[in-house]
Formats: sequence, structure tokens, C-alpha cells
Amino acid sequence: MAERLNVNPTRMELRNLKRRLATAVKGHKMLKDKSDEMVRRFVELAKENKRLRQEVESELAGALHDFALARSCCEDYVMEEALAMPSKSIKIRAGVSNIMSVVVPDMRMEEESKGEDFPYSFARVTAQLDASIVTVTKLAEKLVQLAQVEKSCNMLAIEIEKNRRRVNALEYVMIPQTEETIRYITMKLDENERSSTVRLMKVKSMIQDR
Amino acid sequence: MYSDKLAVIGDKDIVLAFKAAGMDVFAAQSASEAEGVLKKHAKEYCVIFITEDLAAGMGETLEKYKRKAYPTLIPIPSSSGSTGLGMAGIKADVERAVGTDILFNKEG
Repeated sequence: MAERLNVNPTRMELRNLKRRLATAVKGHKMLKDKSDEMVRRFVELAKENKRLRQEVESELAGALHDFALARSCCEDYVMEEALAMPSKSIKIRAGVSNIMSVVVPDMRMEEESKGEDFPYSFARVTAQLDASIVTVTKLAEKLVQLAQVEKSCNMLAIEIEKNRRRVNALEYVMIPQTEETIRYITMKLDENERSSTVRLMKVKSMIQDR
Repeated sequence: MYSDKLAVIGDKDIVLAFKAAGMDVFAAQSASEAEGVLKKHAKEYCVIFITEDLAAGMGETLEKYKRKAYPTLIPIPSSSGSTGLGMAGIKADVERAVGTDILFNKEG
């Protein structure tokens, strides 16, 4: 049995509590609906996240492996010189979008190319480097997409957890407590009424006996 | 407004590959070094990719940045292949939101 609130058993308090209970029940229902919808969206996003991550991880690991091999074929300074001035720069159009009132990032990639695909001359580095650079460049867009989806997932998960706490607090603490208090006040008031009736009857009979 | 740049924090040998793709790169040897770089530059970038071997030692810091929309920190595999840290992150998210793992249970 839930513990009752520490309030005076008066009619005014009863009225307030009844109103509060109605609000709590309505709020509980709405939060529960919100939670259901968030979980549905979250599961969609999480599946997408998993798929993207698998793709990115396998492709990127391969490309970086190639890159490490290519790097080992030349001397350090040659490599650093070759890649010191990149021929492209990536710009992100960053905004926010709103999933169930959770503010998540929304990113679009815009590539700014300055002409050539490779920032170096082919004479001094190995061919493996070309392949790995091309793959990494191509992967950039997917990486940005992954970043967006994964971040949305993270934030939704946190929000769902918070929301679940609220739902549980209402369902298992607030609502039972209020109901219990209402019951207590009703009984107390009824009891008072009965006792006053009995007292009146007693007084009446005493007056008649005199 | 938010920043429009990408950054990569990772081992010196790998980050050069991203530099050629047009991202800004920072080399770091250890997790604490990476944390220092992150603190210094977090505001300037909208997405920061961190290699898994470094990200493994930065759990708390990564968790802190999860609550805001930007910057987004994403673990990526290093040249030695994926350690499964990124997937573990997704799994943790699912567990947090749904209570149990419903995406990965098929594979064990």
C-alpha cells in the first residue's frame, strides 16, 4: 500500500487532490504515448545506425590498412610533403532537426574541390596510396551520415531513459499516493459526519429524558 | 551557428589519410593527449572522429558530449581493424532505451 501524503483531512484538500490526480493520470497517459513513439523511432534509427557502421567499419579498416602499407613504402617526409596541402576541403551544412522534441543534429556535406583528385605528384609515392585516398574521400559522406544517425541514437536513448523515469514516477509513486490520500480523507470526513450525527442523537435523547 | 568543419583525432600514421580527404587532423598518441586536443578544439568542429584505440580510454569524456547536439564524437576503426567499440556503443544505446538488447541477440 502506498504511503499517504501528509495533509490535513479537509474538504478543500480533498478537492485539490482530486484535481491533482486527474492531471497526473492524464500526464501519465501522454508520457507513456510519447515513450512508445520514441522507442519506435529509436529502433528504426538504431537499425540504420548498425547497418551504416558495419559498412563504414569494413571499408574504412581496409582503406586505412592500405594506407599504412603505402606509407611504409616511402620515407616519412615524402609522405608528409605529399599530403601536406590537401586539394579539397569538406564543408558541412550543420543544422538541427527535431525528433519528438529531442534536438538532434542534421548535417549535409558539401565538398569544395580545387581541381585535382590527388594533392601530390605520382612520381614519388606508390599506387596503393591513390586507392586508399580515393576510398577515404568517398567514405567521407557516409561518415558524416553515420555521425548524424549515431548522435541521434545517442540522444534519443538518453531522452527515452529520462522519459521512462518520469512515467514510472507517476505510475508507481505519485498516482498511488494521491489515491491513497483521497481514500483516507474521504473516510475521515465520513467518520466525522457519522460521529456528529451520533452526537446529535445522543443530545436529543438527553434533552427528551429531562 | 554551428561550425562546418570535420576533424579526426588519431594516430599520426593514419590521420594523414583523412587530411587528403579534406578534413582537419590532429595526431595523438594516448587517450589523455587526445582528451587535451578535444578540449581545446571541441567548439571549432561539428563532427570529430576519434580512432577506437584512443576512444577506448576516453569513455567518460565521450559520455559527456553525448547530451548536446554538437560536437558529435564518433569512434572509427584504426588501421589494425575494428575493435568492436563502435558496435558496443550502439548496443549500449539500445540497452539503455529498450531495456534489453534487441538488435544483436541473433549473433550472440
